[in-house]
Amino acid sequence: MSDFFQQVVAGLGSGAIYAALALALVLIHRATGVINFAQGEMAMFTTYIAWTLIVNHGWSYWPAFAATLGFAFVLGVGIQRVVIAPVSNASVLTIVIMTIGLVLTFNGLASLIWSAEIRAFPSPFPNETWQIGDVSISQQDVGTFGIVLVLVALLWAFFQFTKIGLALRASALNPEASRLVGVRVGWMLAIGWGLAAMLGAVAGMLTAPTVFLDPNMMQAILIYAFAAAVLGGIDSPLGAVAGGLLLGVGLNLISSYVDFVGADLRLPVALLIILVVLLVRPAGLFGKVVTSRV
Amino acid sequence: MRRADLIRVGVFVLAAVALFLLPRFISDFRAQQFAYVGIYFIALLGLNLLTGITGQISLGHGAFMLIGGYTTAILMSNQDPPLELFGHAFTNDMRDIWTIPIAGLVAGLVGFLFGFPALRLTGLYLALATFAIAVAAPAVVKKFDGLSGGGGGINLFDVEGRTGRSVTDPVTFESTDGADIFGLHLDSFNEWLYYLCWTIAIVMFGVAWLLLRGRFGRTLRAVRDSELAAASSGVNLARYKTFAFGISAFYAGVAGSLLAIATTFVNPDTFPITLSIFLLVGVVVGGLGSLWPLVFGAVFIHFMQIEWAQRVEGVIPDFVPILGDIDTDAPGAPAVAFGVVLILIMLAFPGGAAGLIRTLRSLTTRGYDRVR
Repeated sequence: MSDFFQQVVAGLGSGAIYAALALALVLIHRATGVINFAQGEMAMFTTYIAWTLIVNHGWSYWPAFAATLGFAFVLGVGIQRVVIAPVSNASVLTIVIMTIGLVLTFNGLASLIWSAEIRAFPSPFPNETWQIGDVSISQQDVGTFGIVLVLVALLWAFFQFTKIGLALRASALNPEASRLVGVRVGWMLAIGWGLAAMLGAVAGMLTAPTVFLDPNMMQAILIYAFAAAVLGGIDSPLGAVAGGLLLGVGLNLISSYVDFVGADLRLPVALLIILVVLLVRPAGLFGKVVTSRV
Repeated sequence: MRRADLIRVGVFVLAAVALFLLPRFISDFRAQQFAYVGIYFIALLGLNLLTGITGQISLGHGAFMLIGGYTTAILMSNQDPPLELFGHAFTNDMRDIWTIPIAGLVAGLVGFLFGFPALRLTGLYLALATFAIAVAAPAVVKKFDGLSGGGGGINLFDVEGRTGRSVTDPVTFESTDGADIFGLHLDSFNEWLYYLCWTIAIVMFGVAWLLLRGRFGRTLRAVRDSELAAASSGVNLARYKTFAFGISAFYAGVAGSLLAIATTFVNPDTFPITLSIFLLVGVVVGGLGSLWPLVFGAVFIHFMQIEWAQRVEGVIPDFVPILGDIDTDAPGAPAVAFGVVLILIMLAFPGGAAGLIRTLRSLTTRGYDRVR
């Protein structure tokens, strides 16, 4: 039984990372109806920025963390303005191709600049465990979970209590009406991309200590985030968080108790979840069922 | 047949003759490279039929190529006893081309079946599902290592006493005496590969052209432009979409089979997620919905990977000093070049090569007056 609880806690740790990236996907999808396939690669790239600051320039962890978040925000806003905004009225295919172009660019840039070598990334939490009875809990997992929780609360407060948050929600809900009352919708969408990039950066910096930093680090995590977002409902921020945690715990339990799956088939299981949810309940667990007028 | 069609057939025959004569004028190494271009061309024809013509996004066509490649590899490498189908026992002589249509059919069947769940996925969701398939496929292959050889993969022709019979030893690439196939003397494995790939490519191009010029092609385009309008006009959406998936996957399967033969070896890394993405890039470069301009897409994705990208490296400056030492020998250049070109094309020439050709033609011919 203690093993079971240990797996659950570890699952919450990785689930929190999926949740952060899934939330980034949901933010962009709600505002613009686009799925950003480059979300993972942008996260990886910003994590390299943090690595450079910490390892090459000797910054301590938290200032580097904050600076990276700032960089990520600017990166997200810039990409939306330069690459995505010009094609915002084009077909879904065009926008998907654009984000695929970003995937290639960031992945290639990272290996050009930092080489494809695998690197260790520091963690703000000690690599120790707490013993509670038979259960040993990794401080790393608890810390990861805590950071994401704080982040989600901050984001919620930002959307709920600030004027920009209100404008962001308005632009996502009804861009035409928002424009009429003076909201600069284009910039709101760009800010949405910036916030999503920040969430991604956090996911990246929390992933790197355990899986090590390399240019393909976020590819699998992105698929898990897709699965989490789809599971929770691709338009529901609450769903993304719940879906991420559910997926993290679920995958951990499946791979430790179903021998056939093990560690090898985690990714295909996530794929299966994506397919089954999309086919059986496309709105996900928390999403609203959309009926479209034709 | 209309006059325009006659001209098209004439150009087609001329191009086929040129392709036939090309190996006489280029080095053995180039022949191999152009064989790869032929393989990509086949895959692009398939992906374009699905994405460019029918409007169903696939970010996972590498997975169908994987199925084709592994089908060929498994048929050829299992010689104890040899596998048999339709009374034909497969050998692991590389000239056993009957594995190729089988590979196409297996991939096509899987594609057709995937078409059914895909019916309920539109636009973004289909892109997402196919992307996930391409990412997950290598993991599945590794898991069933009894059949697939796991991460180590399968060496297609690696049985003693067999390789000596082939035109060139596919492992060492040392030439044997050459061989005569259909009265044509081939000096090397690469030349043989070239003719094999381009013969199949030309046949499959012809088939795609015939398929798309008539009612079937019009229906697929109608599905792309508006599913609702197509359905109201009596188009059976389910039938056409699943068929488009099946045919498209058949093309990908054949390309995957040829890729396996060309590399003489398959493992999960032969078909990475980047392959699927490069295929999409190729279709965009050639022009979504186009047919023969896809050759440009195929040339682009092959030569960008192996040659052009290295020159791009010099263009990238040591821009931000805070980043520290930039390792310009790192293998990232192709991806950056692919990504940037992809984005620039979508911003500046959304029609790709085909769109560019149309524009040029309308500027040089009477069409110019019509455009004005």
